[in-house]
Amino acid sequence: MSLEPQELDDLTSKIGRKPTSTELQIVAAEWSEHCSYKSSKKHLKMLPMKGPLVISEKGYDSGVLDIGDGYVITAHIESHNHPSAVEPYGGAATGVGGVIRDILSAGTRPIAIFDGLRFGDIEKDLQARWLFKNAVTGIADYGNCLGIPTIGGEVEFDECYTNYALVDVAAIGFGKKSSLIKNHAKKGDIVVLLGGSTGRDGIGGSQFASDSLESENRSAVQIPDPFIEKLIIEAILEARNQKLIHAMKDLGGGGLSCAVSETADALSIGIEMDVNKVHTRESDMNPDEIMVSESQERMLIVTNTEKLKKLEEICKKFRISCSVIGHVTFDNMMHVKQGSKTCANLPTDVVANAKLLDRPSKKPAYLENIEKEKKLKPISDYSKMMMKFLAAPNIASKIWVYGQYDHEVGIRTVVKPGKDASVLRLDNGKFLSAKIDGNPKHCYINPREGAIGCFEEACRNVVCTGAKPIGMLDHLQFGNPEDPEIFWTFLESLKGITDFAKYFEIPCVGGKVSLYNETPTGPIKPTPIIGILGLIDKAPLFSHKIDAGDTIVIIGDTKDEMGGSEYFEYIHKFVGGKCPVVNFAESKSHMNTVLDVIGKGLVKAAHDCSKGGLAVAVSELCMTYQIGCNVSLEKIPGPKLDVDRTLFSETHSRYLLVVDKKNLQKLDGLLKKSKVSYKMIGTFGGENIRLNKENKPIIDLRVDKAQKTWFNSLRELVVHG
Amino acid sequence: MKVGVIVFPGSNCDRDMYHVLTDVFNLDAQYFWHEKGLPKNIDAVILPGGFSYGDRLRSGAIAAHSPIINDVRKMADKGIPILGVCNGFQILVEAGLLPGALLKNTSLNFMCGWTNLIVENNKTPFTNKLKLNQKIPIPIANGEGRYYVDNDTLKKLKKNNQIVFRYEEVINGSTDRIAGVCNEDGNVVGMMPHPERAAESAINPIDNKPSSLIFESLIKTIGVKN
Repeated sequence: MSLEPQELDDLTSKIGRKPTSTELQIVAAEWSEHCSYKSSKKHLKMLPMKGPLVISEKGYDSGVLDIGDGYVITAHIESHNHPSAVEPYGGAATGVGGVIRDILSAGTRPIAIFDGLRFGDIEKDLQARWLFKNAVTGIADYGNCLGIPTIGGEVEFDECYTNYALVDVAAIGFGKKSSLIKNHAKKGDIVVLLGGSTGRDGIGGSQFASDSLESENRSAVQIPDPFIEKLIIEAILEARNQKLIHAMKDLGGGGLSCAVSETADALSIGIEMDVNKVHTRESDMNPDEIMVSESQERMLIVTNTEKLKKLEEICKKFRISCSVIGHVTFDNMMHVKQGSKTCANLPTDVVANAKLLDRPSKKPAYLENIEKEKKLKPISDYSKMMMKFLAAPNIASKIWVYGQYDHEVGIRTVVKPGKDASVLRLDNGKFLSAKIDGNPKHCYINPREGAIGCFEEACRNVVCTGAKPIGMLDHLQFGNPEDPEIFWTFLESLKGITDFAKYFEIPCVGGKVSLYNETPTGPIKPTPIIGILGLIDKAPLFSHKIDAGDTIVIIGDTKDEMGGSEYFEYIHKFVGGKCPVVNFAESKSHMNTVLDVIGKGLVKAAHDCSKGGLAVAVSELCMTYQIGCNVSLEKIPGPKLDVDRTLFSETHSRYLLVVDKKNLQKLDGLLKKSKVSYKMIGTFGGENIRLNKENKPIIDLRVDKAQKTWFNSLRELVVHG
Repeated sequence: MKVGVIVFPGSNCDRDMYHVLTDVFNLDAQYFWHEKGLPKNIDAVILPGGFSYGDRLRSGAIAAHSPIINDVRKMADKGIPILGVCNGFQILVEAGLLPGALLKNTSLNFMCGWTNLIVENNKTPFTNKLKLNQKIPIPIANGEGRYYVDNDTLKKLKKNNQIVFRYEEVINGSTDRIAGVCNEDGNVVGMMPHPERAAESAINPIDNKPSSLIFESLIKTIGVKN
């Protein structure tokens, strides 16, 4: 893997000579899709990145939001798809490590991890099961050791990921605004490499991630060491407290090549460094290998000689290595030497800025007929079908996954995993609610509306905890961008996300693009992931208990939107139909109304309707709170629909509210005034989940039996598989 | 009265423990890095949870040889209250200050979740405000939390009243459902669950009173801030 012929010409003409071998390696790493975003960068500019709470600083790898009282939160999202598909344990673990260091780079302490995992059909595919199990263990072993709680995420299985894996990791940091590292460099400053040693693991990792996965290139996968990462976190935060850091960047994709060139470019400086000064794991590494190794747990720090002594003392305390590898210059050149010999001497702006591409796009042919529905086999027994549905890997409780993650450490986790969104308490008395969501089934049918749906769903989830969305992270995962049809789906998703973000004034505070996600049988379905950060000023909504007699209120119409539904795809094995479409005005008024009634204390619990539709959402409430219910399907607001559609349509902008009888009248008045479409659709009580039509149960399940199936099916599948 | 919180490389519940001791229970707590000694005026010592040395070799095995453990040992001999939580418990066991061993959970997985403890000994400095058989809702978070002792040692533990906590149900394969033990003198206590994660109502979804009593027992033993 190296530069394309035209890129080589471009480089040669820009520097006016033939590049050296080290220069080629450096530029190939930095100009890879993974590091340079050359296919996507032109288009990403459409996303709104500014907002009243957003703090922008040069050279940050994470987004920063001002949450008042002198505190900030930082957030970032990354993926580690290619490595995880080859070596799921190490790939997933180092994915966590990378995003944590991005949070650390801003000078904030990481306080939460989220992960979004996607694999093939684990019911049939043993390799998918192996990938799933090991990716979960990799995340658990890394995050648990760091003592950073993994508090949320999502797991999804779809045949489009056969022989592949999507491992997305998001992280959140918290700190004082005054402690943020304001990246800068002064004359005489030195460049220090701190942390793990540089070895031969992860060589060419970023190029590996910028191509279709054809061979099992294990040497391109990095080796995780969470213990070193933990020491680095504590050492860096101590150095931050002593104000020893002028600028900082983590070493991720592209290793030293990217960290050095991007730091220099962001600060408009030059850096001269000597590869002999880099502490290596093996003695015979050549300069090319040192420059592109993606060995983990390393940080690049700019400081001065006076502060170096104190920094070295901190490193000695934590027994981590720290080498002065170079110094700051003001010629805007990245000068790499081995002793006195020059290996590379390139203008930093040339290295750090690959030529951006304007790739062609074309609407994919498959979309022509995708919205047509076919006649499906009628369901004779909905109760029986529902039990099967609750055990479906995409519907079943993910407790087997989050039960392996320490989600309590840090003692901030007020609302624990398993609810719509987890909530953390912050030191200024406010609360942070966060969730990530994706939906490749919807996005396959309609890349634009599907992506908007993911955005709205993530918002709904934080809204259900009483939080107002204040920032968004996007992670856009698609196949080979050189295919115009795939590039079209990327653009459509991006446009959808941009429109929604602008309408709701939710700035994009961080993101990532991952392309070339191809399996042996073709590209993955378009898989944009949206992470939402929500802020709660007073208290989050969470309740221990639902009582008999509490009312279920639904907000939002249920529409005929079955395309890409779990019901069509899992029960009927049918891919097609019209996918749910978000009406922006409706969405906004529902969101505001729900936040208003939660804020007024009229709601005991709130839950969004998403995967599996209304039937699953109602059942989830019953199973979580271990209480039965009686719901009348004819009361569901919206156009008249058949039973299938009423139960399983995945229309967005719908919320289920649990309301105490004594608050019902007041709530009714407020909802009427707000003009949202809503209805009281039933009450809680008894030991059965009952969804009735004209007083006859269509679905009738014992809560305890349903709960057992829902809780245990994923574990049974994995443990006994 | 001063409580020392020992920090090993890889400890990760030290800040949580410190927060609960100082902000919640108004105790005078101080961190001690594992390479330093403990001053003589310390009234109690807590070894917090985490992954000291990344759980290399065995959980707690390397930290048990840290310089500070010599001082912990001396304090244990003097009868000063010492509590090890999770990895702290593992370290005390590896250091030979508590009997038994901690093995991989029977599920072979890391387990994080809420469970109930039953108080079996309310004479220790950390349980003297709890009632016998009192139930404590509390979170666990460990991969190697299965307490193991052989039959003879188990008999001895029972005879000397060294079993401090049991799990209400079988959750990880621990011998006799043991979740926490003490030394023969009763001043050194180790437990796998995390009382510091359950002592505040804001983060305890069930009932924070019983876990609070673990800290209040310590206050009863050593007194409040001077």
